[in-house]
Amino acid sequence: MIEFRGVTKRFPDGTVAVDGLDLTVDAGKVTVFVGPSGCGKTTSLRMINRMIAPTEGTVTVDGRDVMSGDAAELRRGIGYVIQQAGLFPHKTIRDNIATVPLLLGWSRRKARARADELMEVVGLAPEMASRYPAQLSGGQQQRVGVARALAADPPVLLMDEPFSAVDPVVRESLQEELLRLQGELGKTIVFVTHDIDEAVKLGDKVAVFRTGGVLAQYDEPGVLLDRPADGFVDGFVGRDRGYRKLGFLSDELPLVELPTVGVGDPAPEGWSLVVDPDGRPLGWVQGGGSVEEAAVVPGGSLYEVGSGSLRSALDAALSSPSGRGVAVDGDGRVAGALSADDVLRALAASRADEAA
Amino acid sequence: MVWDWIPRNLGMIGGLLGEHVVLALLPVLIGLVLAVPIGWAAAGNRALRGVLVPAASVLYTIPSLALFIVLPAIIGTRILDPLNVVVALTIYTVALLVRSVADALGAVPSMVVAAATAMGYRPGRRFVSVELPLAVPVLVAGLRVAAVSNISLVSVGALIGVGGLGQLFTDGYQRNFPLEILTGIVMVLLLALVVDGLLVLIGRVSTPWTRVGANA
Ligand SMILES: Nc1ncnc2c1ncn2[C@@H]1O[C@H](COP(=O)(O)OP(=O)(O)OP(=O)(O)O)[C@@H](O)[C@H]1O
Ligand SMILES: [Mg+2]
Repeated sequence: MIEFRGVTKRFPDGTVAVDGLDLTVDAGKVTVFVGPSGCGKTTSLRMINRMIAPTEGTVTVDGRDVMSGDAAELRRGIGYVIQQAGLFPHKTIRDNIATVPLLLGWSRRKARARADELMEVVGLAPEMASRYPAQLSGGQQQRVGVARALAADPPVLLMDEPFSAVDPVVRESLQEELLRLQGELGKTIVFVTHDIDEAVKLGDKVAVFRTGGVLAQYDEPGVLLDRPADGFVDGFVGRDRGYRKLGFLSDELPLVELPTVGVGDPAPEGWSLVVDPDGRPLGWVQGGGSVEEAAVVPGGSLYEVGSGSLRSALDAALSSPSGRGVAVDGDGRVAGALSADDVLRALAASRADEAA
Repeated sequence: MVWDWIPRNLGMIGGLLGEHVVLALLPVLIGLVLAVPIGWAAAGNRALRGVLVPAASVLYTIPSLALFIVLPAIIGTRILDPLNVVVALTIYTVALLVRSVADALGAVPSMVVAAATAMGYRPGRRFVSVELPLAVPVLVAGLRVAAVSNISLVSVGALIGVGGLGQLFTDGYQRNFPLEILTGIVMVLLLALVVDGLLVLIGRVSTPWTRVGANA
């Protein structure tokens, strides 16, 4: 557990980067600091591993004031991932990852074995071990950054806009992977971003900062989207927040039966869903006659029953050529169809429940 | 046959070459050891840099012959002591390298240094395993200039009787024997080329990461 108690940071030039911060970061959870540029997110983060010393107040990690004791010692127990990875350009990937274990005095052999293990954990091919950072793509470098931070298995992980320098597709996959890793590792993660989408996706709790280093709201993502504390948070959370909120609702949706056809089967008039022999959706065909593989139109996104959110259900309906969203089970087999209206009705029902 | 002079004096030429190498390169080594901490201090402190780097440049402008002659008075050596040459060239080397070291360290990306600190490096170890290695390319460029310039400056020492291969110039001039002068020139040139080549090689071998293209 990390606690900020009345923490203020005033730089020598008079800039107040963080102003009277009181905040508790829950152990084993992902806490996201989000806010506009210059609002003190990085400064707050860096006070946790003592890269910056607070002017007033105390920061404690597991009850210990970070300013007591040895700074290097403290930092070796806290993983740190920065924007654009900050890898050592003159060290191989393996040696980059082995950095903290070596600082802790592990044998070279053990540290390297640990590095190889972590490359697998973050999804890097073993042949990259002896490459230099300049030989990796931005996304791969970020994976190395994460592996390096995890190498000595620290209970706390600080991440400062780790995925901001990669393209949206790679960012999405890195986010997914972080969530998967966190599911296995259960670290106490503090994650800084200025992207509210990333914040609500990754955070168990989200702290919204406003310019001047003041905490505006600290809540679970669903609550943040539902009940912004004030106009600033409302403005920052953005205009799509109603739609994004759907991402946090996963109410049961009524599915209607969806007749399917296989390739070569005769299709009825109108749109029909084509499936493979295992019952997994291939796409849609329109019009009667025998189904030709070439005539299959790619389907929209799929809604997975049980784990999908209302957002993915709505998207399945809106992106389907036939207007009927395809719901699939855990194995990817067609489970039924849903419409946008079904989603909106479910939303209305969930509102009524909340109000009651 | 005049050319006979060379094979007949191989031993003497070899001895002078050895002396030349020591007089030129020992100062490079000592200068490097001194310049690294001074350059580090300059890189870490703006005010200090403002004093140290210009001071080093001024040192470099002192004429070498003048330095060879006034040094004995300052450090109490005899006028013909080879130490005078070593000390003088060390001063030049430091003067050249302080700027190189300060620039090289200043060019290490601050994000990389910050990452090293955040990993838990203490300043000393961080300097040795992160900042210094990254400074090697610029440092080697400075070392090449210092080494070649020292090799040529040693010859000037011949005027005060300690000059390695430079003694072939003074001796050949006095005896009006051009072949001896020519031999001196060729040897000094060859030595400079070989040392420069070796430094380039050392630089390449110690910085394999600089030759990997992006996404190669
Ligand atoms: N060393 C420093 N000296 C003076 N002012 C600083 C220093 N570091 C940061 N600041 C100022 O403190 C404020 C907060 O900076 P900080 O880096 O914490 O912002 P941030 O929220 O991380 O912004 P961004 O999203 O742009 O990274 C800014 O106004 C910044 O200019
Ligand atoms: Mg920042």
